[in-house]
Amino acid sequence: MELASIEKLIEKYENAETSLKEEAALKTYFSEDIVAPHLEQYKAMFTYFQESKEQRFTKTIPLRKKTSNMWWLSIAASVAVIFSVYFMDSPSGLTASEQEEAEMALLETQKAFQLISQNLNKGGNVAIAGLSEFEKAQNKVFKLKK
Amino acid sequence: MPFRKHQKLNQTMKQAEFLNTVLPFKDKVFRLAKRLLVSTDEAEDATQELYLKLWKNKKKLSDYNNVEAFAMTMTKNYCLDQLKAKRSNNLTLVHSNYTDDNVSLQRDIELKDSVARVHELIEELPEKQKLIIQLRDVENYEYKEIGKILDLQPTAVRVALSRARKTIREQLIKQHNYGIS
Repeated sequence: MELASIEKLIEKYENAETSLKEEAALKTYFSEDIVAPHLEQYKAMFTYFQESKEQRFTKTIPLRKKTSNMWWLSIAASVAVIFSVYFMDSPSGLTASEQEEAEMALLETQKAFQLISQNLNKGGNVAIAGLSEFEKAQNKVFKLKK
Repeated sequence: MPFRKHQKLNQTMKQAEFLNTVLPFKDKVFRLAKRLLVSTDEAEDATQELYLKLWKNKKKLSDYNNVEAFAMTMTKNYCLDQLKAKRSNNLTLVHSNYTDDNVSLQRDIELKDSVARVHELIEELPEKQKLIIQLRDVENYEYKEIGKILDLQPTAVRVALSRARKTIREQLIKQHNYGIS
């Protein structure tokens, strides 16, 4: 484009009377390496506008607030706590055969204790019978005294 | 259960439709936010926040025949609110702390300096002029569209734009002459 028409356009540009098409023409002119020295400032301006337009938004666009993630996180955390408490009560640390063995041992022990208690009961009965004999004798003694 | 499944499918459809209408102008939203908030981090946060707001208001979006202009207005309002909140908290931005890392390498160092200077000069403009320069000279909106976004008459847009352009150039000349003498 001729310098004269550029100067005319620049004047219109300063008064905000240029159309978008005319401004695009100015942009093209000022993107060239060599411009008229007295229009040097416009080169800086148009270069800046051009470069500004190249900025891009590179982050993601979440359609849910970050707090809603926290909400799910809190639910997940409470579920984890409940499960861990539940499993702490049950002996989940043993394998099936170990569990069987433990149960057998419990049965054996119970049997042994039963045997002891039966025999103890026997002895207890004998002892109680002995006691009643003793009581009889004692009664006799106290009767005598009375 | 099949009802629920259907509903979910419907929602993802809506989501895709929503993204198709609003994603094309995400860079414009980001650049406008950055023009006002200056810092890239804050502009990114603002953009995410704005899309969240748009998504919440998705039912109303079909009422607007120009969703992009509506989104730009929302961006402007949101960023100005952010700035106001920051000022009332006495956390004013010190603009000179930020360097613009978007100016790519130029052979001519002097030109690079003046390009960076343009950024600073725009930053010093009043908010209205800043917005208009961004919308016209960077995003190339029509005067009518800018008027719609900013709720201004097209003539008022032209007046402010002319003032902003003249200020930038005068300041550049001033600096240039100062450099010579």
